[in-house]
Amino acid sequence: MRIGVLGVQGAIEEHVSVLSRLVGAENVLVVRDRNELEKVGALIIPGGESTTISRLLVKNKLFARVKALGREGFPILGTCAGLISLAKQGDEQVGRTGQKLLGLLDVKVKRNAFGRQKDSFEAPINISVLGEKPFTGVFIRAPMVERVLDKGKVKILAKFNNKTIAVQQGNILATAFHPELSGDARFHNYFLSMV
Amino acid sequence: MVKHGVVMDVVNAKQARIAEKSGAVAVMALERVPADIRAAGGVARMADPKKIKEIMKVVTIPVMAKCRIGHFAEAQVLEFLGVDMIDESEVLTPADVGGHIDKSKFKTPFVCGARNLGEALRRINEGAAMIRTKGEPGTGDVAEAVRHMKLMNKQIEALRKMTIEELADKANEYGVPLKLVEETRNLGRLPVVNFAAGGIATPADASLMMQMGADGIFVGSGIFKSSNPLKRAKAIVEATTYYDKPEVVAKVSEGLGEAMKGIEAKALPVEKRMQERGI
Repeated sequence: MRIGVLGVQGAIEEHVSVLSRLVGAENVLVVRDRNELEKVGALIIPGGESTTISRLLVKNKLFARVKALGREGFPILGTCAGLISLAKQGDEQVGRTGQKLLGLLDVKVKRNAFGRQKDSFEAPINISVLGEKPFTGVFIRAPMVERVLDKGKVKILAKFNNKTIAVQQGNILATAFHPELSGDARFHNYFLSMV
Repeated sequence: MVKHGVVMDVVNAKQARIAEKSGAVAVMALERVPADIRAAGGVARMADPKKIKEIMKVVTIPVMAKCRIGHFAEAQVLEFLGVDMIDESEVLTPADVGGHIDKSKFKTPFVCGARNLGEALRRINEGAAMIRTKGEPGTGDVAEAVRHMKLMNKQIEALRKMTIEELADKANEYGVPLKLVEETRNLGRLPVVNFAAGGIATPADASLMMQMGADGIFVGSGIFKSSNPLKRAKAIVEATTYYDKPEVVAKVSEGLGEAMKGIEAKALPVEKRMQERGI
C-alpha cells in the first residue's frame, strides 16, 4: 500500500524522504489532487502555513474527500499545520482567517502557541508509545492542543511544559512538532504501524 | 514552514490581509514595493517599525521585513520587533558596500539574494537560512530571475564532476569553506531553501521558476501593481503549487486583468540594477 504526503505547501520533501527510507520511494506518493489521493492508503498532512494549506485543500476539492476518508478509518498523520487542519475547533486566529478545519480530531487547537519564528526551539520530549528514549521535538511557530473536546475518544500521546503536543484519535494522529525534521524515524514508524 | 509557496510584498494592513486571504505563506512588510522604490530614487531604508508592527498585528502568517545590506543595527531592530524572517536585501540601498551582516549572531533567520552559486554560498556561510534569486526587482521582467536560477543550477551541476582538488579551488574562488561546497555537491542543490524572486508578475512566471527548481516564489511589485491584486495573488499561489500542470496554470491565468506594466530589465543601465549590489 502506498503512503501519500499532501503536497500543496510546506515540508513535503522532508516527509517523503523519511517515508522513502522506511517503505521505499516507490511506495510514497505526493498527493495534490483527488486522483492521486485515491492511489494511497494513508496520508500525511505536513507542516506549513495552515491558512495556505486549508485554502488549497478546499479550492482543489480535496477537503471533502480527505474528511470522508478520515471518518472511514483511513490513517492520517498531521504535523504542525497538519494538526490545525485536522482539528474540530480553532482559536481566534483560525476564525479570523476563515480557515476551514477537517474536524477529524475532537480537540481545540491554538495557533502559534509557542511564539513567533525566533521563539522556535528543539526539546527532548517523552512519547510513551515510542518507548523510553526521548524524541527530539522540533517546534517552528508551533500550535498546541488547547483542549481535548472528547476525552473518551482522544488519547494524549505527549505533553511539553504542560502543553499537549501529540494526540491520537483512532486512525488520526497529530503532532505540534515536526517529526520529519528530527532525524529519528520512530514517529513515522508508529504511524506506519497504524496502516 | 515557509517552503513551497508564495511570499508577497505588502505596504499596509489592507494589502497584508489580501495576501493572507489569497494563500500567501508569508508577507514582506515594506514602506514601498520595489517598483516604487525604483521610481522614487534616493536612499531606500528599513520600513518604519510602526508599519511593520501594524502588519504583524493583522496577519497570522509569518511577517518578513527588509534591512539594508550590512546594516546590522536595522537587523537588530527587526529582530526586536519580532519579525519572522529578515531579508538583507539589495532592494534597499546598501549600508556596507564591502560586506554583509554576520547573520550567525541573530536568532531570527535571514534570507538573502544571490545571482550565482558563489554569492549564494557566501550568504549561507554568513548564516543565511534561505536564498532567493536576485532577479531584477521592481521590473516585472522575469528574465533576470531566469538567468540567475539557470546559472546557479549549472554551477551546482558542474560541481558533480569535480575532483576534490577542483572543489577546493572552487571553495577558494567562492571564498567559502570546502565543507560547504562538498555538501552542495552531495545534495545536488543548495543546502537551504532557494526561492525565485525579482520580476515575477504572472502565474506562468511562477510556474516557470518552479519548473527550474525554485522551492517557492517571492512576488514583489507584481501583485499590488496589477489591476486585480486578490485575483492575481490567488492565481499565483495556485500556479506555484500546480506549477507542473499547464491546465491549472491556464485556468488561473484567465481574465486576470492588467499585469504590472514593468520595464525590460536589460534596458536598465548597470547603475540602476539592484542585482549589482552585495556580491
